Amino acid sequence: MNAAAAGAQEGVASIAVDGVTVRYASGVTAVTDASFRLGAGTICALVGINGSGKSTLFKTLMGFLKPARGSVSIAGLPVGQALKRGLVAYVPQAEEVDWTFPVLVEDVVMMGRYGHMGFLRIARQADREAVEQALARVNMLEFRTRQIGELSGGQRKRVFLARALAQGGQVILLDEPFTGVDVKTEDAIVGLMRELREEGRLMLVSTHNLGSIPDFCDQVVIINKTVLAAGPTATTFTHDNLQRAFGGALRHFRLGGADLHDDEDDRRVTVITDDERPLVLYGKRDSERVAGGKTTGEASDTAKDRAP
Amino acid sequence: MIELLLEPFGYQYMVRAIWVSALVGGVCAFLSCFLMLKGWSLMGDALAHAIVPGVALAYLLKVPYAAGAFFSGMLAALAMALVRVRTQLREDAVIGIVFTTFFAVGLLIVSINPTSVDVQSIVLGNILGISDEDVVQVAIIAAVSLLVLVARWRDLMLVFFDENQARAVGLSPTRLKILFFVLLSACTVAALQTVGAVLVIAMVITPGATAYLLCDRFGRLICIAVALGVVTSAAGAYASYFLDGSTGGLIVVFQTILFLLAFVFAPKHGRLAAARAARDMAETAP
Repeated sequence: MNAAAAGAQEGVASIAVDGVTVRYASGVTAVTDASFRLGAGTICALVGINGSGKSTLFKTLMGFLKPARGSVSIAGLPVGQALKRGLVAYVPQAEEVDWTFPVLVEDVVMMGRYGHMGFLRIARQADREAVEQALARVNMLEFRTRQIGELSGGQRKRVFLARALAQGGQVILLDEPFTGVDVKTEDAIVGLMRELREEGRLMLVSTHNLGSIPDFCDQVVIINKTVLAAGPTATTFTHDNLQRAFGGALRHFRLGGADLHDDEDDRRVTVITDDERPLVLYGKRDSERVAGGKTTGEASDTAKDRAP
Repeated sequence: MIELLLEPFGYQYMVRAIWVSALVGGVCAFLSCFLMLKGWSLMGDALAHAIVPGVALAYLLKVPYAAGAFFSGMLAALAMALVRVRTQLREDAVIGIVFTTFFAVGLLIVSINPTSVDVQSIVLGNILGISDEDVVQVAIIAAVSLLVLVARWRDLMLVFFDENQARAVGLSPTRLKILFFVLLSACTVAALQTVGAVLVIAMVITPGATAYLLCDRFGRLICIAVALGVVTSAAGAYASYFLDGSTGGLIVVFQTILFLLAFVFAPKHGRLAAARAARDMAETAP
């Protein structure tokens, strides 16, 4: 499915995290010996409880934090160089943004172009075109002269997605892209991410929204202070792995036997939820089949998406 | 009448006071656009007070006052960092302790040597009596700061808005923040001459705050703030000729008047506009 990131080509989307340990100045070790590899044309979910090291991992990929041990390379380059070339784009959580800041939608998207500009950061025709295309792609052209605080939750998300597009990042990190977003926008964002995957980009999505992961993520990295499991969604996003990652932190419902069937069918329904859309498992064993939270029809769609 | 209005321009010291004030007011206003967005306003105030002992000592030892100001500003910053690291105190408490201490030491130095240093010119500013050497210092500081700001404002804006994105496009937020504080310190030192230590804070807050009520774009915010800073500072210096009042006091009063006007009448973010919007909402609601 995904080209192995080993020996990754420079400039082609990939992430290689090898034996990474990250320690904060306070002495707390947030992540120990984490390893995973991702290649081009991938949407990967990063799953774990709060405090499991998800944001630490993001910060390490963004060059905020330097690993105490191990190495991180992005698109075949050390993190610093990958950032310099504008290969890494970041879509922040809504809470991280100062929505009262005096900038318009198009100003924010233009911030993605800084790496392409000269010393004085004066926009050229190419920059203006990139901004326009990015805004058109997320359907936000008509809002381009709005101050960002005047937008709805979903529109705000799309502005920052547009910024990542305008930047032309090959690796896009999305931090909780679905919180505070309505279902329509969520579908739109997922649709866009699928397009970007077709273009060979790599997206790493930190999310609590377990139920939607099988819908659009082809890879999953499950972490709790280290990488517990990493691989294709079909084989990695299983009940056993989630149990290990979340322990008692998940809400967990199981329906089986007489509660579910009138006949001798021994299959049962398992509903697992972190805090958002529940993950629904249906089968003889919990790990037998992973289905999205909506319908089984969708589950087969995702299976198709995952095909090479 | 016109002769009377033009009278101040007949005096060299008045002309000089007007253009130096305008220059300093403009640069401080530029900085205010950044400062007021980050919740760092108190820091500007602390800085202005912390440089007082340095300035007093510099006059006493007959060295350039900017050097003394810079030295004691650095010392204050170090002291704040030290107290913050070594105690559990909140940041505002740390700033409050350090800057009042420095200010007190400054006043003490001045009061012990009343002949060589004039307390009033440090605390309240004395642009009308500014010496030639000081004019050169102020002009160089302000002009260099202005140039740096014009060249780097877009990068600073990105760092202030979104540090992660700044990193993602290859900027160094730490380096740019240090640059900002160096500029802020320099301009505080320059503004000391025009409005004095007590009122510097107004110069690096009010124009930006006023402009914030008038527009939604950073570039425009800077233009409006700088224009307000230049006009109010020049007008303050000019008016002080007639009113025989403190230049600093007049500049800040003018800035406050404009802020109040914007607060009430700003087309989009003013109180009247808000009231109008609320009324429209009530009318259209069923």
